Amino acid sequence: MTTTTAGIVFIASLVIALGLAYRPIGDHMYRVYTSTRHLAVERGVYRLIGVRPDAEQPWNVYARALLAFSAISILVVYGMQRLQDRLFLSLGLPPVTDHIAWNTAISFVTNTNWQAYSGESTMGHLVQMSALAVQNFVSAAVGMAVAVALVRGFARRRSDTIGNFWVDLVRGTLRVLLPIAVVGALVLVAGGVIQNFASPHVVNTLTGGTQAITGGPVASQEVIKELGTNGGGFYNANSAHPFENPTTWTNWLEIFLLLLIPFGLTRTFGRMVGQVRQGYAILAVMVTLALLSVVLINVFELSGHATVPQAVGAAMEGKEVRFGVADSATFAAATTLTSTGAVDSFHDSFTPLGGMMTMFTMMLGEVAPGGTGSGLYGMLVLAVITVFVAGLMVGRTPEYLGKKIGSREIKLASLYFLVTPVLVLVGTAAAMGNASGLAAMLNRGPHGFSEILYAFTSAANNNGSAFAGVTVNTPWYDVALGLCMAFGRFLPIVFVLALAGSLARQAPVPQSAGTLPTHRPQFVGMVVGVTVVLVALTFLPALALGPLAEGLS
Amino acid sequence: MERLPGWLRRHIAAIRAIVVLTLILGGVYPLVVTGVAQALFHGRANGSIAERVPGKNGTDVGSDLIGQLFTDKDGNPVKGYFQSRPSAAGAGYDPLSTAASNLGPEDVLDVLPVTGAKNDQGEPDTGRQSLLTQVCARSKAIGALEGVSGARPYCTPDGVGAVLKVFPAVGRATRVVSVNQACPATPFVRVYEGITVECAKPGEDYSAGRTVPVRGDAKAVVPADAVTASASGLDPGISVAYADLQAPRVARERHLPLARVKNLIRANTTGRALGFMGEPAVNVLRLNLALDGR
Repeated sequence: MTTTTAGIVFIASLVIALGLAYRPIGDHMYRVYTSTRHLAVERGVYRLIGVRPDAEQPWNVYARALLAFSAISILVVYGMQRLQDRLFLSLGLPPVTDHIAWNTAISFVTNTNWQAYSGESTMGHLVQMSALAVQNFVSAAVGMAVAVALVRGFARRRSDTIGNFWVDLVRGTLRVLLPIAVVGALVLVAGGVIQNFASPHVVNTLTGGTQAITGGPVASQEVIKELGTNGGGFYNANSAHPFENPTTWTNWLEIFLLLLIPFGLTRTFGRMVGQVRQGYAILAVMVTLALLSVVLINVFELSGHATVPQAVGAAMEGKEVRFGVADSATFAAATTLTSTGAVDSFHDSFTPLGGMMTMFTMMLGEVAPGGTGSGLYGMLVLAVITVFVAGLMVGRTPEYLGKKIGSREIKLASLYFLVTPVLVLVGTAAAMGNASGLAAMLNRGPHGFSEILYAFTSAANNNGSAFAGVTVNTPWYDVALGLCMAFGRFLPIVFVLALAGSLARQAPVPQSAGTLPTHRPQFVGMVVGVTVVLVALTFLPALALGPLAEGLS
Repeated sequence: MERLPGWLRRHIAAIRAIVVLTLILGGVYPLVVTGVAQALFHGRANGSIAERVPGKNGTDVGSDLIGQLFTDKDGNPVKGYFQSRPSAAGAGYDPLSTAASNLGPEDVLDVLPVTGAKNDQGEPDTGRQSLLTQVCARSKAIGALEGVSGARPYCTPDGVGAVLKVFPAVGRATRVVSVNQACPATPFVRVYEGITVECAKPGEDYSAGRTVPVRGDAKAVVPADAVTASASGLDPGISVAYADLQAPRVARERHLPLARVKNLIRANTTGRALGFMGEPAVNVLRLNLALDGR
């Protein structure tokens, strides 16, 4: 089998597997978020937390609970890093520097998992498993909670409430993420991912050198890193490290895990609004954008256009032999289409247009299928904008799923959409305008600019991958990117929850001849079009200065 | 609790929530997974440690999954062993500083070292090799080691990137410099657009010129993975092509029939999982251990 054929079969097998898992996972999440029963263990957790699980919350109370939980999470993750030398399992590592600890705390709480540090030389086992990995679970559960709250906004009529944050958080964690994580972690160990609490074990190599074989609870963190679309590697090399991703099939499994929940949530959405076909329409938008991106990145990487790949004979710099060019490209597409940011190959050394595509998929707003939860709510906001634009064009009433898209709704949707472009473009401009910002580049010329643009795109969209040549463990970058991650996560969440509250209050409008059907291919095409046009208009000038200049010169 | 103001109640609930969830997700969960993993997959959970003498304690030489250097104290390849790929992890294959090079696809311009100059730390100026020159230099060195041609497209015969700077940047050329070849090297092309090509003077600023990489007509014999650094810096594998290229040298050094060495390569090659996942890879440490075991 040729590399190209194998790469195509690889993609096709992922599509089939995700297709098979779609209904079970989507229906499971539907039951989890709509059930009125609490499990015994959950009742225990609610009692320990001190909340009443049956008390429904209006959107602003829901949002405040979410923000309080996230703020406390940031403090805890920061504190554990700063105190790691006094806790156990620190491996003798010193406290994490203040600005890196702050950046990392925000990074993991916002589901970004941007890493301004190198895991193996900075974080002890306790910080990894009890601070960072915990956030891998709960930040994903927070994203799912927000998505479900928005869906309730569409599904409910004349309601002042959109659910209970604590219940959504606990159920998403204990009933969705944790069971899959336990099974997935053991499967990964069977593939060779390590799971122990050892310190580095120094051996004498075959030719008399020394090598420190590292230990750690890697599998338990690796699985949720993908499943929760987090992406923060136990090691600096992330999913390229043989202890995180040892075989060609663990590579397949990791891609599968990071796409599973974001796609599945469209089914949950369809079930919750009582029209499964609406979920399929949203799924169709995601699949269209995703397949286009996967194919384009594969084409660009396999073509190996650019001087060094031509000299080498393949775009093999920064890629592992066992994964090869094609599957590395597919991983890169999946990780940037979602908000994962894990990497099994290093995007900085990709071909110019392949590297540009990894940025473009993030700039889409990570909606195809996007992060756990954040992908669905991002896509629903784009659907709202599409309904509005289409309504303006053909003179139909802008309404979606029976809810009117009035002035308040479209304002919230627009604000949501504007947050990330503002953060990306202002952040990049600020970096290019001062010496601390410019000093971070490893490469020169357009590629150096791409490194900076990629960093702010990744942070503001809560992705976490990087053109990793960029040196970001400096106070300036830790602060700038930390702010981008925080605003890029929580401002959109507040707008989405406000939108949910506003939709939930409405009584549904009856369907009329003037209602735009939102489950047909025509609507799917329109949402794809609106997404691509909005993103292209926003980011094309910036891309022209970086990857396009490099790739077309 | 109920009497407290709302914002305080919320934050207390948040603190209690993070404590409870940390105990479950950051304590019970990893401990249970570790327990089961250690019971079911003891060797794998502990890093698939490779032993020089299988089953004998104290003979650990590394991990089946982690690549290593097969070089002597001076960094030269030990000729009786198959060699791994280039690595950007620390000084090479250092699991405590895993990394890729992160150099871009158009990184083609070297900064030539200036004789006698010092860098900021007061050490002699070593300049900076572009990714292209690194690829060319590796290709040339491997060609010499294996007794084959180390030539590649975009590389000069002396093993640096074949790149011209043409002045002015726009319009008819008036001056052309082979920018990665320090004087007194002979430029890889004599004439470009009717202008005699100069060698590069270290320290001179050529940034104003137009960059023209020159492909040439060389065909690469040395495989792609042999001249590029991996993503992790710990890549345990090399391509079958690179192993086959090294086989004659290893067979000669070890006085083994070539066919036997090739059989060992096949025995230590992992194919694509299910026939379509990833690429075939030869595990270099396992292969070298197998050679030593004979």
